[in-house]
Amino acid sequence: MTWSATSDPMVSIKNVYKSFGSLDVLNGVTLDVMKGDVICIIGPSGSGKSTLIRCINALNDIQSGSILVEGLEVNDPNLDKLELRKKVGMVFQQYNLFPHKTALQNIMMAPVRVLKQNKKTSEAAALELLKKVRLEGKENAYPGELSGGQQQRVAIARSLAMQPDVILFDEVTAALDPETVGEVLQTIKELAEDGMTCILVTHEMAFAREVADHIYFTDRGIIVEHGPPETFFKDAKDPRTREFLSQIL
Amino acid sequence: MDFIFEWFRTLYSETGVNLPFIYDEYDRKRMAEGLLTTIWLSLICLFFSVIIGVIGAWLQGSSLKWTRRIVNGYIQLFRNTPPLVQLYFFYFAIGTLLPRVENDWGGTSPMLGSFAWAAISLSFFAGAFNVEIFRSGIEAVPKSTVEAAEALGFSRLQIYRDITLPLAFRVVIPAMNNNLVNLVKTTTLAYAIAVPEMLYEANQIWSDNVNVTEMMIFLLLAYFVLVGVLVAGMNKWERAMKIPGFG
Amino acid sequence: MSYKTDLPVMLPVKPRALEPFKSLKKRHILLIAFLTIVGPSLVFAQTGEFEKSPLAILLDWTPLLLSGFLFNLVISFGAMALGTLVGGLLGLGQVSLFAPTRASSWLVTQFFRNAPWLVLLFFAMFLLPFELNIFGFKLPLPDWFKAILGLSLPVMANVSEIVRGAVRSLPSGQWEAAESLAYTRRQTLWLIILPQCVKRMLPPWMNLYSILTMATVLASIVGVSEVMTLTGRALAAEGGRTDLLAPFYGLVLVLFFIYCYPIARFTVWLEHKFSVIN
Repeated sequence: MTWSATSDPMVSIKNVYKSFGSLDVLNGVTLDVMKGDVICIIGPSGSGKSTLIRCINALNDIQSGSILVEGLEVNDPNLDKLELRKKVGMVFQQYNLFPHKTALQNIMMAPVRVLKQNKKTSEAAALELLKKVRLEGKENAYPGELSGGQQQRVAIARSLAMQPDVILFDEVTAALDPETVGEVLQTIKELAEDGMTCILVTHEMAFAREVADHIYFTDRGIIVEHGPPETFFKDAKDPRTREFLSQIL
Repeated sequence: MDFIFEWFRTLYSETGVNLPFIYDEYDRKRMAEGLLTTIWLSLICLFFSVIIGVIGAWLQGSSLKWTRRIVNGYIQLFRNTPPLVQLYFFYFAIGTLLPRVENDWGGTSPMLGSFAWAAISLSFFAGAFNVEIFRSGIEAVPKSTVEAAEALGFSRLQIYRDITLPLAFRVVIPAMNNNLVNLVKTTTLAYAIAVPEMLYEANQIWSDNVNVTEMMIFLLLAYFVLVGVLVAGMNKWERAMKIPGFG
Repeated sequence: MSYKTDLPVMLPVKPRALEPFKSLKKRHILLIAFLTIVGPSLVFAQTGEFEKSPLAILLDWTPLLLSGFLFNLVISFGAMALGTLVGGLLGLGQVSLFAPTRASSWLVTQFFRNAPWLVLLFFAMFLLPFELNIFGFKLPLPDWFKAILGLSLPVMANVSEIVRGAVRSLPSGQWEAAESLAYTRRQTLWLIILPQCVKRMLPPWMNLYSILTMATVLASIVGVSEVMTLTGRALAAEGGRTDLLAPFYGLVLVLFFIYCYPIARFTVWLEHKFSVIN
């Protein structure tokens, strides 16, 4: 691999096409994410933004195009998925914690099972991560005993435990009660400040404006417009972007 | 103890209610062995039928068409033919095809005895039902939970073992309960190939003592208790497996 | 402390329909039959140590075995009819408003449901007299009739549970609606509840019939001349040749499969049809 962290994009998406049966979801998407970048993908529902980030860690496959993650080609039939998923973490809208494991076990499981880490080390790391997401004392709680916001923070910690280079956030606040949205966003913000590379699909415009380095607007499977938040929100060029922003702001 | 034995002896001489498996040492031993054989056979079959169910359900999710077909064929064959005939087929038809081995007395005897064949046959019989039961449990695990594990880098086998199966187990306990109760009742079929289980020993005792009525009632009660213990155990297990925070 | 969350922990469990071989045709069944019966015969035929081929012997005996199988079916019809009749009453007893009736019906149901079928069959065989004396008339009780009685006991208990389950599964609104229309309880049961239950009861009832049919071979253990007994006699008459075992037992397996598999398929179809309507 000739990929270099300083000069090459961490995630490089080129001309990606994806369809479910006869339904075209992605119609030639191209975007680059540099190390340490926080990018937000916004757009109307059904515009393909969730599909796009699910393609990045091969939960969905693509029909054509190329997705490179640190030089690793995702659109390769011989892809080592384990290698990819060590690099890419993911947090879901429905948290998707394992309901039969405690918060601590949820976080420890992948390092122990997948990375074959020592149990003691993983446990110490997991407790550290729980502290980081401000859930000390909840290590023995089962997901069913936690609020939505708490579960989502455990899910973030679970993803961090694999020490990924980039984390994908798929509308992570969409299923939450309004009063718990803030705590989850705060956690993500802290991550971003620590220099974690983040790709977020979100409807939280104020949040996107605050944390994002770059904003992408998708509609009908293409990227209509993109730019840094200050210019993006102030003077969007495309009428579709303007219409979307006027509806949501 | 002797006092109790004496009491049952008197009961017999006074009222004619003959329970030799309590007061007679030889019959007591026979009955105890029968009971142990039934329990042992049940446990072995419980164990292997669950294993068959787990593996079968896993194979049913295979992407290979013929693997799925073979598993389905196995299920249909064992569900739609009498377990007794299956047992005979295993014991007589397959058992005689196997090579004979030398036994301790210098002669030859079949490689597998009647107990082994009963265990094999009944495990496959109950296993066919368990495959379907586990499969329905696996289908109840949300795809999103599996995806989360995939995104964490779990392999297909790890997902099955650590996520899908433990969750599926919890929802299928009631259905499995029913099937395992049936299995315990079905172990009586082993009588037909002379496995010395409870029914067989009871038959020996009533042949010697001509006390069919007493033995029958005892048998019914004994199976009632055995099944009751199994159900109670499974219920306890079900409660222990309950995930905190969810119904 | 516990919160209510919208996490979809588990989806509702649907009893899995036997994924049938949708394409299983007669020719496939014939192939399976060929493999189980003829296959082993051919293996032995090549050794040439017996004068007549196993397949030819099997063909000679087939008419007799078929008549034995018909007898199994007769036993299954009798036990099903009797068990359904008594079991239906017992099931109604289980939903009775009168507590002692309810409790005793429940107890009888549980007792016979948890007893092994074979033990119940022994029970009927040994404890019933060989003839009944009614008002001086001697009514003989042949073995096959006792077998019907013995097998109808577990059928009865299972039918009772099916009835109770079906009545319980109806929404209570049905009872309340009927009550508000001034139906008596008996009218409600017969005019409103039971007609709706029939649909729910049919698939498990057919499933039970299939199980019963397969249980009729148990009668061979207590000496009724049904297909299994006849198979044993045929094998003995041929001098206990080991090469005959697989084809003969294979034939019995195939006979039951041909009869029970369509029933299972039909049951799945019914379940599917009713679940769509509801």
